[in-house]
Amino acid sequence: MNTTAQSSVRGRVVLRAENVWKSYDEGAIAVLKGIDFEAVEGQAVALCGPSGCGKSTLLHLFGGLDLPDRGQVSVNEIEINRQRNLLRLLRHEVGFVFQLHNLIPDLTLEENCLIPTVAAGIDHRTAQARLGQLAERTGLSHRLGHRIQKLSGGERQRTALCRALMNRPKILLADEPTGSLDESASAVVFDLLLDIVATEGVTLVMATHDRGLAARCDRLLEMHDGRIREPEI
Amino acid sequence: MIFLKLILTNLRRHRIRSLISIAGIAFSVAAMLTVVTILQGAIGMFSGILSSDSEIIVFERNVSDLFFSNVPAAAVEQISSWPMVLHADPVLFGIVSSADHPIITCFGVTAADARIRKATWVEGDRRTFAQHTDDVVLGERAAEYLAAALGSHVQIGHATLHVVGILKTANGFEDGGVFMPLNSAQSFFHKEGSSSVVTIKLRNKDDAPGFKQMVHAKFPNLIGLEDAEFNRSYSQFKILKATAWAVGGCGLLLGGLGVANTMIMSVFTRIREIAILRVNGFSNLQIATMIFGESAVVSVFGALVGLAIGTCFLFMLKEVPALHGYIDVTIQPLVLLIVVVLALLTGIAGALYPAVYAMRIRAVEALRFE
Repeated sequence: MNTTAQSSVRGRVVLRAENVWKSYDEGAIAVLKGIDFEAVEGQAVALCGPSGCGKSTLLHLFGGLDLPDRGQVSVNEIEINRQRNLLRLLRHEVGFVFQLHNLIPDLTLEENCLIPTVAAGIDHRTAQARLGQLAERTGLSHRLGHRIQKLSGGERQRTALCRALMNRPKILLADEPTGSLDESASAVVFDLLLDIVATEGVTLVMATHDRGLAARCDRLLEMHDGRIREPEI
Repeated sequence: MIFLKLILTNLRRHRIRSLISIAGIAFSVAAMLTVVTILQGAIGMFSGILSSDSEIIVFERNVSDLFFSNVPAAAVEQISSWPMVLHADPVLFGIVSSADHPIITCFGVTAADARIRKATWVEGDRRTFAQHTDDVVLGERAAEYLAAALGSHVQIGHATLHVVGILKTANGFEDGGVFMPLNSAQSFFHKEGSSSVVTIKLRNKDDAPGFKQMVHAKFPNLIGLEDAEFNRSYSQFKILKATAWAVGGCGLLLGGLGVANTMIMSVFTRIREIAILRVNGFSNLQIATMIFGESAVVSVFGALVGLAIGTCFLFMLKEVPALHGYIDVTIQPLVLLIVVVLALLTGIAGALYPAVYAMRIRAVEALRFE
């Protein structure tokens, strides 16, 4: 079995995993078993596989939310470890979109989107300009002042996408971003995702069960039992 | 602005819980303000009595309470004759009671005493004071609650006394008290030939150290203290102040526990939300500031409501007849500041554990909870 997933596309490698192992319950549950992975700038990579195969865990390691037991993960050639400034990574280098939108219900769409800019200390005018740009692209301009409860599922997920991109990250990590949406909303969100990735030069790593959507990415990787492989097409 | 909204969001989300916490702090602040103000007022009034037209007070050394102090008449006479002394006024303190009023402060004074000389005589003439042994002069409030008028007789303790005057003074204790001629008071309290204290007015204030030394040399069992010195060192004042702050502090501690409970619940119910803030780049400091901010809002609102309740309560107490003359509703700015700062510190202390807990939330673990 091929346990490596080196990029066949030429370009600058922005995300790299080398022989990454991860387990829970003091090693009792091995989730990742020697993952090698590379993604280049502007590439859209889909990770497919059954539930529990380690897709979300891998995305968490890529975003610095967790650290591997063994091996190393690097973003822009800098290893993610305890010495690294993880705040800078989360604020400026990666953005997350989850299956559940994870928005704060009492805030408006606009306020939710501005949260990463508040965290990063970006001035309000710059943040507003960026939000205006993203809201227009995602078709949410007319909903900026609305509370999250008033938005549809698709609109909520588009809001989450805007929020993830507010600080212009170079890497977007999407964990089942269309998993809780119906077919049409799912198509809209995924189209937007690919469109923004293409125009902003963002590297997308997306975990998904939907093979139809996955097939539209630049690369499709299969994960099974904590290992990764690039399927024969 | 968004940060502020994040702070207020949770308070709005759980309105009842937030209101209960605010009420907890408010009642604690009200209790502290009331107790401290009443006692500070009482202390202020009592020290005002002692410093009336005088700079130094002479009393028996090592007594725990001035009511137990005995200054012999011979000492008063000798001190009065010292050249540096302008006048020396002996005062005998006692507590008397009447039918409906268990505590009335009684002052045994001479006709020359500043309390009699400088008071505004609402009724009667000060020249009539001390002409008969059963004469008594009432403070205006005392006359009011004893329903006494000029020329009437009032039952005070075991004696029936003749009201020869009603006077008004700025001091609540004096206004709610009764004044007897010194000799009558000595006989009434079985303290013939002695007074509780002697208040001294010097010709020149600079002579105060010399005067105190002379008292120490001539009367080793007496002590002379300047007014400010007395207020600082009198053990009863110290005990009262410490008690007031301790009682108020306990109240505030209870309020603080309420805030802690609210903040713990606040953090526990939004672990996932805090995790999302972390994923979006919130630092430990920003998370902690959010939690402390929330508790600060509760504390500040609680303190403001508590100050309003406490002030209203003090004004209500002032109107209670049995407490006439004993409550001075002057809220000192320093007391106000201390109460507000303590409320704020209590809120911050209450948020300490919740803030630490929130800072330790690991996004990766919290996100696993659906």
